[in-house]
Amino acid sequence: MADSEDAQGNTIVGVDVGGTFTDLVALSPSGLRLAKVPSTIDNQSKGVLSALKAADCDIAALDLIVHGTTTTTNAVLERKLARTGLITTQGFRDILELGRRTRPQAYGMFGEFKPLIPRDLRLEVPERMDCDGNIITPLDNNAVANAARSLLDRGCEAVVVHFLHAYANPTHEQQAVEVIQSLWPNNYITAGHALLSENREYERGVTAAVNASVQPVLSKYVDRLVRALTDKGYTRDLLIMNGNGGMVRAQHVAKEAAKTVMSGPASGVMAAAFTGRMCSEPNLITYDMGGTSTDVALIRDATPSVSNEIEVEYGLPIHVPMVDVRTVGAGGGSIARINSGGLLEVGPESAGASPGPICYGRGGTEPTISDANFLLGRLRPPNFSGTDESKISRNVRGVMTGQLASALNCSAVEAAAAVVRIANAKMAGAIRMVSLSLGADPRDFALFAFGGAGPLHAADLARELDIPRVVIPARPGLTNALGCVVADLRYDFVRTLNIPLSTLGPNQIASVFSAQIEQGKSMVSKETVTLDRIESILSLDMQFTGQTHLLRVPIDNPAITNAELQSLFERIYFERFHVELPNIQATVVNVNCSIVGHRPPLDLSQLLDRKARAVNLREAQTSTRPVFFDTTWIETPVFSRDAMPAHVSFYGPAILEQMDTTIVVPPGDRVTSDKVGNLILHVGGAL
Amino acid sequence: MTLDPITLTVIQAGLQQVCDEMDLAFSRAAFSPVIAEANDRSDGIYAAADGALIAQGSAGLPVFVGTMQYSTRTLIEMIVSGDVAAPSPGDIYIVNDPYLGGTHLMDVRFAKPFYRDGKIFCWLSNTGHWPDTGGAVPGGFSASATAVEQEGLRLPPVKLFKQGLLDKEIFFIIRSNIRVAEQRIGDVQAQAAALLVGETRLAALLDRYGDHSVCDAIDELNQRATQQMQNCLHDIPVGTYVAKAFVDSDGVVNKPLTIELSVVKSGHNLVFDFSGSSPPCLGPMNSVRATTYSAVYLAMRHIFPHVPMNAGAFRPFDITGIENTFLDAQYPRPVSGCAAEVSQRIAEAVFAALVDALPDKVTAAPAGTSGNFALGGFDPDRNRDYVMYQISGGGYGGNADHDGLTNGCSTIGISKAPPIEIMEQAYPVLYHHYALHEGSGGAGKHRGGFGLDYEVELRRGQAKASFVMDHGRFGPQGALGGADGGLNKVTVHRNGMAYTPEHLSKEQDIPLCAGDHVHVQTPGGGGYGSPLDRKPSLVLEDVRLGRYSEQQAKDFFGVVFTGTPPIVDTNATQLLRAKKRAI
Repeated sequence: MADSEDAQGNTIVGVDVGGTFTDLVALSPSGLRLAKVPSTIDNQSKGVLSALKAADCDIAALDLIVHGTTTTTNAVLERKLARTGLITTQGFRDILELGRRTRPQAYGMFGEFKPLIPRDLRLEVPERMDCDGNIITPLDNNAVANAARSLLDRGCEAVVVHFLHAYANPTHEQQAVEVIQSLWPNNYITAGHALLSENREYERGVTAAVNASVQPVLSKYVDRLVRALTDKGYTRDLLIMNGNGGMVRAQHVAKEAAKTVMSGPASGVMAAAFTGRMCSEPNLITYDMGGTSTDVALIRDATPSVSNEIEVEYGLPIHVPMVDVRTVGAGGGSIARINSGGLLEVGPESAGASPGPICYGRGGTEPTISDANFLLGRLRPPNFSGTDESKISRNVRGVMTGQLASALNCSAVEAAAAVVRIANAKMAGAIRMVSLSLGADPRDFALFAFGGAGPLHAADLARELDIPRVVIPARPGLTNALGCVVADLRYDFVRTLNIPLSTLGPNQIASVFSAQIEQGKSMVSKETVTLDRIESILSLDMQFTGQTHLLRVPIDNPAITNAELQSLFERIYFERFHVELPNIQATVVNVNCSIVGHRPPLDLSQLLDRKARAVNLREAQTSTRPVFFDTTWIETPVFSRDAMPAHVSFYGPAILEQMDTTIVVPPGDRVTSDKVGNLILHVGGAL
Repeated sequence: MTLDPITLTVIQAGLQQVCDEMDLAFSRAAFSPVIAEANDRSDGIYAAADGALIAQGSAGLPVFVGTMQYSTRTLIEMIVSGDVAAPSPGDIYIVNDPYLGGTHLMDVRFAKPFYRDGKIFCWLSNTGHWPDTGGAVPGGFSASATAVEQEGLRLPPVKLFKQGLLDKEIFFIIRSNIRVAEQRIGDVQAQAAALLVGETRLAALLDRYGDHSVCDAIDELNQRATQQMQNCLHDIPVGTYVAKAFVDSDGVVNKPLTIELSVVKSGHNLVFDFSGSSPPCLGPMNSVRATTYSAVYLAMRHIFPHVPMNAGAFRPFDITGIENTFLDAQYPRPVSGCAAEVSQRIAEAVFAALVDALPDKVTAAPAGTSGNFALGGFDPDRNRDYVMYQISGGGYGGNADHDGLTNGCSTIGISKAPPIEIMEQAYPVLYHHYALHEGSGGAGKHRGGFGLDYEVELRRGQAKASFVMDHGRFGPQGALGGADGGLNKVTVHRNGMAYTPEHLSKEQDIPLCAGDHVHVQTPGGGGYGSPLDRKPSLVLEDVRLGRYSEQQAKDFFGVVFTGTPPIVDTNATQLLRAKKRAI
């Protein structure tokens, strides 16, 4: 399966396109190369190429490029989609517009929703299955052909075939796809049952519609990038990150394009999981705080939580397995204000990247979390030169006084401390809700802090959440690119059964699993990437008959008996909810299988440049500055993170600065390093 | 002692977090899909002295805004009077009596005293909608009950848990009087577990900030919420704002019930005067006091969603004139329509009264019905009885910013409608269509959203169909010159004959045989602003998408088209609009 020449130790490049920057990590025997260049949103491949250039990579000599792209994310969120038509069951074309009878927020009767496919491009054809997959009305092939022609006439580039109960019997969808293929000029044809065979017509239909409408966009982008790389002599595979945290070959990615929509945040979480495995911190809460928002995810046993039920925005569910990353609000640019009750609020409004916080000196006028951090001495804004400092400082202080401190009857510094405290309380609460909703107690986890602003707040948040340790990776600002470098190959399969255990055949589950495993392994075996081992991760989504919410039950042995399954489910249910329901039968809803091709582990300690290291801690110190902790100013040592010796152990207060983040160590917390280049903050000083 | 505003904010967030964690624990562990998926539940913290709301979970069902403070207050009064046994640590009272600060019987409340240093510091309470509490109709939504006894088992406050242990005798009494009882123990345990979560988290908050500081913060936060709400009301000019809303009928006597509302702004406060509303009715479309109050609070919260939810936020509201009306029904009036339907008409009256004064904050009337269609029968293939509920949404009102949302959920709910595919798996039915209710959006500069149009066939066996809906007689009200939204229509096709329920939107137990089908069209939202001010290009777009016919566009909006595909005939449109304006 593996290409023998593609041995460990060759050059592997991870390149991730974010909203502002395109990040690159290149690992090779000769060392590490990094790059951070501005993203080129309209054609992201330009940014990718300039990152390769900035890192001085010889493209022809590279062995593997793994790429995370926001092409599809942007296309969906900005509705810059390919013109797409729908062919669906007679009587049901409005499913995609009606949704599930919801509104965007619990309170407030305002809000709009725009369906992915407009009503005039949603056409109906005679056909109907019942819920058991029996044909009630046969499919009218001529009607399908006419509908397809009509959609082509109206300029559609992609088409979705979405029939009721196709998960139970896909023959009508398959038959319709064949008819359409004979006259459609390209391969952008998505059948509803193909991405997920789940029994909810809205969610399945939207997932298919997302897939179809981003397919041409992604496909064109990938083609362009492959061509550009080939022109530069690249001959190997280009792999693309998926939202499940795994990667697939560029040639295959467009077929299931919907799976890439949430890939950006997923790759950061994969890097965290990998780092956690390397440093024996398998249970992590990831905390990625950027300029406008904060993303949180949960990692147990070095495996990120995955959900099949992500809603990308209001009314837009994408039901394919994706790393469960939750956005919990505040970012560095979140604006603080006094509400009409005289209380301080932080967010949800944000100054964004432009104009940004006041302290960035780009015209921002509203006080933000970053400004509060600046005023407290915790943060020095990027490109900060001494001459500006007093002016910007005066500006921030003035706004902080005028807009916050005077109303709170305190000093500007106290107001700034309050902004940080309230932002932390809010984020801590949100993080708690995320972990509780996934059945986890945050105290059992370490906090993995990354993103530009994550390490600024991590120690305070951990204290608030009773989390004992904070892990700060070597390169907090390049985590997504690192996620590309360490990602595994991954194929997910979900099959809906919805059968009570009492009526489940003795080998029914085992046979579904074995078909899924066979299909997955055959797909993995076609890849040319070097793999260490192939793993099958099996689970069932179950519920007590009569319930609607699902509980995921990991399965070690696919040949498990129904009786064992009932008691396994009851045990897991009790562990999670502390409720015993011994007399109620369980139902198996979904059979899930992920085939993961693990790549050889990388040495993360390469991420720090050995040559930059100082001989001791004192040499790594660059200066001191006054920093406001709790209620007082403390003259605090400032260190260069890159110059930190390999082994450190010291107590805060301290500020550690590196290329794209600042780490705040409050007084009394202890900092140690580990063998893979992480810094560990021990809250309260205990080791 | 005065608290600094920062600690105040942090304690406020802490109290909110306690409630949110209770909400989460309840939903996650609940058995009933109504609670687990539809979030038909709420959790909160209530004052020890009078049950006043201290904080409430943000994920609770909107109709429960403020209701539990009335049930908790009644419980406290009954403990004082000796009608209910005095509490001990670990006790949990259960109550669903609508007349003792409740809603309909299906909303079952638990209340647990929270102790500090041997004294009750506050109450923790939650409400969960149980799928059944007995009575004549499975599920409890009767369209024709004439006394509360027909609606289900009514529980006064009674200890279901005594010092932490479930009282099995009480539980067995309950279990013997409700349907699908074997699953209820799961909900009971979840509901109690949520209160335990609240207890643990609240104790941690008090340990951290001190009992006195938290007490002070609660008082201060109440005052500040009052101030915030009053600041919001500042935009309403002093004066009297009147509106009416109508319930089609009470389900028994076929004539409309009227809500007469005049909202008086004086000083910083609003008086909601409902005097002149219809007297208590024979059928189940009565409301009880707590639900009426909650409906007003809910409407105001829809208008000002950012004011924190505590008793102080409601202090600027005075609700009067409900005595001897159907908005303050007394025992034994039937009340099963109060939470799902009447509350939404009350909210509609509030919206209609205030939209002129707050044109940027209030929308034209939303569809405002829960759209309950229940089908109960026997499935011969599976050899079992079933009760199916199809709830449905409708259009929202147009507003200052944009057109109304299509197929939004009820004003009082946040629950999703079930997928057709799951309905067809669970019940012997086949949907013929599930579509946009064309033409139903109330015309306006910003039109209302569209309702839903579905038709469903009984595939086998026999069944009975029941409807508890509304707006069959009067569409959701337009605002500022906008037209009303389209009506709710129910048609039952039996033996090839079309039948319209006498009460239009309500009827109980219509017998169906295999092959019969039910056609429901739900209301569209009210229009906002004059339809003659709607851009012709937007009307053209609606026509192009088949939302309105060309004739409707002409009649409703005064826009004339020419050719195929149609384009706007600008001259004819100008002439027609001028003519319509002159009328």
